[in-house]
Amino acid sequence: MAGKPKLHYTKGRGKMESIRWLLAAAGVEFEEEFIETKEDLEKLRSDGVLLFQQVPMVEIDGMRMVQTRAILSYIAAKYNLYGKDLKERAWIDMYVEGTTDLMGMIMYLPFQPADVKEKNLALITERATTRYFPVYEKALKDHGQDYLVGNKLSWADVHLLEAILMAEECKPDVLSAFPVLQAFKGRISNIPTIKKFLQPGSQRKPPTDEKFVAVVRKIFNI
Amino acid sequence: MSGKPRLTYLNGRGRMEPIRWLLAAAGVEFEEVYLETKEQYDKLIKDGFLLFEQVPLVEIDGMKMVQTRAILSYIAGKYNLYGKDLKERALIDMYVEGIADLMQMILMFPFSPPDAKEKNLDSIKERATNRYFPVFEKVLKQHGQDFLVGNKFSWADVQLMEAILAVEEKIPAVLSGFPKLQVFKTKMSNMPTIKKFLQPGSPRKPPPDAHYVETVLKVFKK
Repeated sequence: MAGKPKLHYTKGRGKMESIRWLLAAAGVEFEEEFIETKEDLEKLRSDGVLLFQQVPMVEIDGMRMVQTRAILSYIAAKYNLYGKDLKERAWIDMYVEGTTDLMGMIMYLPFQPADVKEKNLALITERATTRYFPVYEKALKDHGQDYLVGNKLSWADVHLLEAILMAEECKPDVLSAFPVLQAFKGRISNIPTIKKFLQPGSQRKPPTDEKFVAVVRKIFNI
Repeated sequence: MSGKPRLTYLNGRGRMEPIRWLLAAAGVEFEEVYLETKEQYDKLIKDGFLLFEQVPLVEIDGMKMVQTRAILSYIAGKYNLYGKDLKERALIDMYVEGIADLMQMILMFPFSPPDAKEKNLDSIKERATNRYFPVFEKVLKQHGQDFLVGNKFSWADVQLMEAILAVEEKIPAVLSGFPKLQVFKTKMSNMPTIKKFLQPGSPRKPPPDAHYVETVLKVFKK
């Protein structure tokens, strides 16, 4: 019954991208089935395979998992990227919720009208540099270890790298005041599974452009 | 060093209420500190208590935990309300995330502009009766057990109970098409720790009113 996990989503980043990152970092090969039209989404719904009528949906270990966080938690635990005990898990969860909040802001940017977009871009930069990045910079500096939690690669590290790269796409010099994060970025990017994911031809999706926004709007009627 | 968990939030439901529910359901006594002014909140930030400058904050087992989901997961894990294995945890996570989406609509409702209130109320009703409640009705019907996952009381049951009562406050007849959920609600209400939480004088907070909205806007003003 165990085959490769199968991801159901549009052919873009959205809420599925963090899942692609985590599977890739864990060295897990996966398949993707892309929703290209409204009819594709309707079919998934009418087939009864989406618990709350929503995607992401990941077929994994005999389950049809939905809800991004649930899926990520399952993958993290299964592939030993969730710390060694309840307290390490608590720290990983806290860190991941922070990067989720930051990436959430960035995710919606392409869908906003031009005037709101500019204001939110400034807000993203402000939040990244005053609320989020200082926390991770300090955490790494304080313990001097290579990874955020328990001196071992975890979901929190993968998620932070993803957030850093997304923030840099918004503002290339966003890490200028964070030397420890710059070193972290270099280090984590060189982990073989992650290095592979960052290369052209991987399943990593490009930033969302205007054309893709139009596709998404049509599929989800938004 | 470990005493009762201490919760810091406003004197109202907001994002802290699911945490109060879960601790209460687990039979854990806790203390509360209420934010009433912007100055109190600013001081918490200045004193470095809030990892991402936000509440909820729960001081528990030597940690200053933030991020609602991280806190809830920790409590569920600690008090055996998180299933017996990874797959049960996955189900609990999926259910809890779905319910959280519904609760988010209720959370934001008091802050909607007056002309949007009716539309938002209709959305809550539609989502509850067409997307969320049918899922849990079906789950309970299919396995015929008292609890959502693994024939054992879990975080998912507490979360569903909270959501049912919250929606009923706005739409009293909302459970009319869901006989299993009606039975579930009664069973949950009679569990000793929950029964106690539902009695006057418990830490349960009342529905948000105009004063609560005013306090939120005042405390979190930029």
